[in-house]
Amino acid sequence: MHELSIVMGIIKIAEDYAKAADAQFIDEIELDIGALSGIDMQSMEFAWTQAIKGTMLNGTTKKINTILAKAKCLDCEAEFEIKNYFDACPACGEHLIAIMQGKELKVKSLLVS
Amino acid sequence: MCATCGCGPDSKTTYQLVDKDENNGHDHNHQHLHSHEHSHTHDHDEKHNHSHPEKKVIDVEQDILQQNNLLAERNRGYFDAKNILALNLVSSPGSGKTSLLERTLIDLKNELEFVVIEGDQQTNNDANRIAETGTRVTQINTGKGCHLDAHMVLHALQGLKPKDNSVMFIENVGNLVCPAMFDLGEKERVVIISVTEGDDKPLKYPDMFYSSTLCIINKTDLLPYVPFDIEKVKANAKKVNHHLEIIEVSCTSGEGLDKWYKWLKSKVLQPEVVC
Repeated sequence: MHELSIVMGIIKIAEDYAKAADAQFIDEIELDIGALSGIDMQSMEFAWTQAIKGTMLNGTTKKINTILAKAKCLDCEAEFEIKNYFDACPACGEHLIAIMQGKELKVKSLLVS
Repeated sequence: MCATCGCGPDSKTTYQLVDKDENNGHDHNHQHLHSHEHSHTHDHDEKHNHSHPEKKVIDVEQDILQQNNLLAERNRGYFDAKNILALNLVSSPGSGKTSLLERTLIDLKNELEFVVIEGDQQTNNDANRIAETGTRVTQINTGKGCHLDAHMVLHALQGLKPKDNSVMFIENVGNLVCPAMFDLGEKERVVIISVTEGDDKPLKYPDMFYSSTLCIINKTDLLPYVPFDIEKVKANAKKVNHHLEIIEVSCTSGEGLDKWYKWLKSKVLQPEVVC
């Protein structure tokens, strides 16, 4: 359940930025979450509903951009989408791959008023 | 309450320096309520009209783990300045982390200076075992927390005051999932699995194997009795992380420990001599 820690981190970032901008309300929060970021979306939803109570994110619309994971084969240099760390290169079958994207975990923007 | 730890408002993380001669004796309990404010100032020059609030977009672009990562870098700077080799030991419960530690601390007692941080939800049991070896140890009890974070390590260090040029083992909470995301400031992350577990573990919990630098396969003395394919687990681990080094050991028979000790000593850097 590290998703609760993640949600607490999101609340802190959102409230810090909203307060610094003298905002009263956070209407929308936009998150970038990579497919390999280690976040279980179901756990995240559960933690979210519990953790936002009494915070500025109560009632905020949550927009999640899921970032697909992409890797590059270090053998044949093919670039491809992966679902798991252990996926092989579809071109040559090697596991010597470098992950290019998909580990993102960030608060992208807030819509405040 | 600490935003990176995620412990509930009622739970308190505790830090206890465990002394060999006073196991469970005097209470050196330091409780931190995690009310540390890390103030950030952000200057935005927009004009505000409070009577007619207008909607506006704030580009945040901030990593959610940034606060933990910043604290981890501070810990790392402290370790570097004191030439301390910090290792984060992670595994599921029962893989033999504490047994491996006990054995290592005793076997290398005369060669290296050790210091230990133990992380568990409850009890000082592990710290008591470490203290028995004569090693300085602080127990962190996370309460409800499922992992250690850089903030907890920072507080543990304040009481522990490790010596220069020492080797610091941080034994994380037994959990193959959550600790993977939290950098503590360590130099090396060591994941331990035992042959009584499934050989598909690296595939089931890839984040931990992906973020580790060394994998220790423990309890190899039990191999004749369990359906564990050691070549398969190694192949699976390498599929997830081709940089991962793998060492097979048995804390009970002592087999393979020489390789682990050699690896450990190879990571200890001699301090630069200042003339």
